[in-house]
Amino acid sequence: MTSAAISSSGYLSENVVHFARALRRAGVPVGPDRVIDALRALALTGVARRDDFYWTLAALFLNRQEQFEVFDQAIGLFWRHRELLDQIRSGPRDIEAADDETLPGQRVAEALGLVHEAALLEQAAPDETGTAASHAEQLRQKDFDSMSGAELAEAKKLIASLRLPIAEIPTRRLRPSAHGRLIDMRATLRSSLRGNLDLIPLAHRSLRKRHPPLVVLCDISGSMSRYSRMFLHFVHAITNDRDRVHTFVFGTRLSNITRYLRHRDVDMALGDVARAVSDWSGGTRIGATIREFNLRWSRRVLGQNAVVLLISDGLDRDGGAQLDESMERLRKSCRRLIWLNPLLRFDGFEPLATGVRIMLQHVDDFLPAHNVDSLSGLATALAHRHQTPFKPLAQATLPRPGQPLNATKQVRLTPQQ
Amino acid sequence: MQDKSQDKPRSYPDSIDDTHQLLSAADYVAGRPLSTAVFLALRMGRPLLLEGEAGVGKTEIAKVLALALDRRLIRLQCYEGLDIASAVYEWNYSRQMIEIRLAEAAGNESRQALENDIFSQRFLIRRPLLQALEPSDAPPVLLIDELDRSDEPFEAYLLEVLADFQVTIPEIGTIRAERPPIVIITSNRTREIHDAVKRRCLYHWIDYPGSAEELEIVRRKAPRAQQALAQEVVAFVQKLRTMDLFKLPGIAETIDWANAMVELNRIFLDPETVNDTLGALLKYQDDVARVRGDEASRILAEIRTELSRNH
Repeated sequence: MTSAAISSSGYLSENVVHFARALRRAGVPVGPDRVIDALRALALTGVARRDDFYWTLAALFLNRQEQFEVFDQAIGLFWRHRELLDQIRSGPRDIEAADDETLPGQRVAEALGLVHEAALLEQAAPDETGTAASHAEQLRQKDFDSMSGAELAEAKKLIASLRLPIAEIPTRRLRPSAHGRLIDMRATLRSSLRGNLDLIPLAHRSLRKRHPPLVVLCDISGSMSRYSRMFLHFVHAITNDRDRVHTFVFGTRLSNITRYLRHRDVDMALGDVARAVSDWSGGTRIGATIREFNLRWSRRVLGQNAVVLLISDGLDRDGGAQLDESMERLRKSCRRLIWLNPLLRFDGFEPLATGVRIMLQHVDDFLPAHNVDSLSGLATALAHRHQTPFKPLAQATLPRPGQPLNATKQVRLTPQQ
Repeated sequence: MQDKSQDKPRSYPDSIDDTHQLLSAADYVAGRPLSTAVFLALRMGRPLLLEGEAGVGKTEIAKVLALALDRRLIRLQCYEGLDIASAVYEWNYSRQMIEIRLAEAAGNESRQALENDIFSQRFLIRRPLLQALEPSDAPPVLLIDELDRSDEPFEAYLLEVLADFQVTIPEIGTIRAERPPIVIITSNRTREIHDAVKRRCLYHWIDYPGSAEELEIVRRKAPRAQQALAQEVVAFVQKLRTMDLFKLPGIAETIDWANAMVELNRIFLDPETVNDTLGALLKYQDDVARVRGDEASRILAEIRTELSRNH
């Protein structure tokens, strides 16, 4: 078919526009520029062969591999029936709407940990003694696990203002700097033409610094449920504060929630997360999920020397299966592996569980994270340990059973009341 | 090969079939999907963004296109911190200094004239991107390799180049390509390329090839391997790719392994040689440890029965 024939028929272009709209509704962002390009491309390839038509549209409409499946299904339907296409166009919308109407309260509640089954954690009595200490001060030190709904809401506001200043690392990019150690020849020669030729003042530059990428792996199993929702608030604050933050949650399987957390509004973001993740408040398979992370994601998100923040209580349903190899691989693939454990709030916390003992061997830092103070204290703790740009050679030493983890590993910023 | 045009460098292919033949004549076995993407990139003058696992022949496409179309290949290997000075252009500072010194000694040149002089084309060092935009008989092939290794600032700079095929040098002005070069961009996905770059490109994901296709590749790239050996090698690698390994072997590894077998004078695979040469195929100790020994023997037995059944 010649290009004239295609443009004169008009039917094809209408179909392609229609198809592009369907793809857009199904979540593949196809801009109008791409549609025009696609019509130009089809004029070149012709539509005589079905596979040519298929791959031409694929080259123009897709820009990542994950979109391929949607495309493949959509084009299959498109080829057969226009009416069916109309159904898939409206399909996802309807399902979503129905979802929202029938189950909003229950699912969001489950997802955000309102169904509380922290059997392993002792429940502190709600603090209702109206003392003279400022309310905010108390709130900062109160365990998330023992907060009332109103207190949680306030704690969330505090958390939203937290930042995580993990030390910046020098990149290989340069910027002009008066005190830099490298000479900027270009600027030097430029300025030499402005002033006296006898004396050429040197312009300097130094290495530009920037945050390393951050990857957060957050445990959302039953034993963590009260904490994980607070951490997600924390992670949301970090995500919107800087670039290159990737977030995964895991219980029995691993889900990438980075995209949802980019939503500015924290409630909208966490609502989306709640809908997208199915294994809230269940068991934990730490070894298997970290292994899955290593296989599927580590190359894509740890590529540029990322810092990994692992948030978990280390209580593994699988009893530590695959945990050793997975943790070792994870630590070798990242710049720094930081483990935040809410259970560390107990002074007598002993790494008795198999999972905890195994994981401790493979982390660079092991820090508590159970109240607002410990979260804001992370900044200081991490900054202090970050003086050297290299990984310390010594691994976290493993205390013998019966010997409590003492302050060498544990950074407590405020004493527990 | 049919050469319809009179001009020396070959003109672009006229159809997808032509493209397929063109690549095939240069010993690149491309599936119809890839041929379609290459054809469109050539005809529409758009950059082609190729993603896929390591060792599936992303970079090779650019080399093959340069060879088959008789174009110059300009390669830009990306890395973190890649800047304009190493990607686009740089001033030749030492020559500029000498020039200033000479002007000073002669003492007769005006400041303005000197400035114009030392920031002229004479003192410009052209790096790959600028080279690719310069006028030539036929537009070259520009390979921007492993773009995911560069950082965001470089990607942002690349936008101007890819959109209008022009670069701006403040001291000289804008340099614009008369005819756009053939641009091939590759990425291993160690991070996601920005959507703005993707929008300017045609996209193709190169997958691992099927058995028949891979056998054809081995036949062409490791011609000294006997047919029976090639079949076993390909079947073995295809089996490995269904396993849960940290890094699956690419086509490059298959070819390496076939060549390794030839160097060892093997006509068939045997468990011992497989164990000794796994390093050509698997690049992580965990993976090697998993496959070595029993697992290798099992796969070998499995492909033997499958191959004999097919004959």
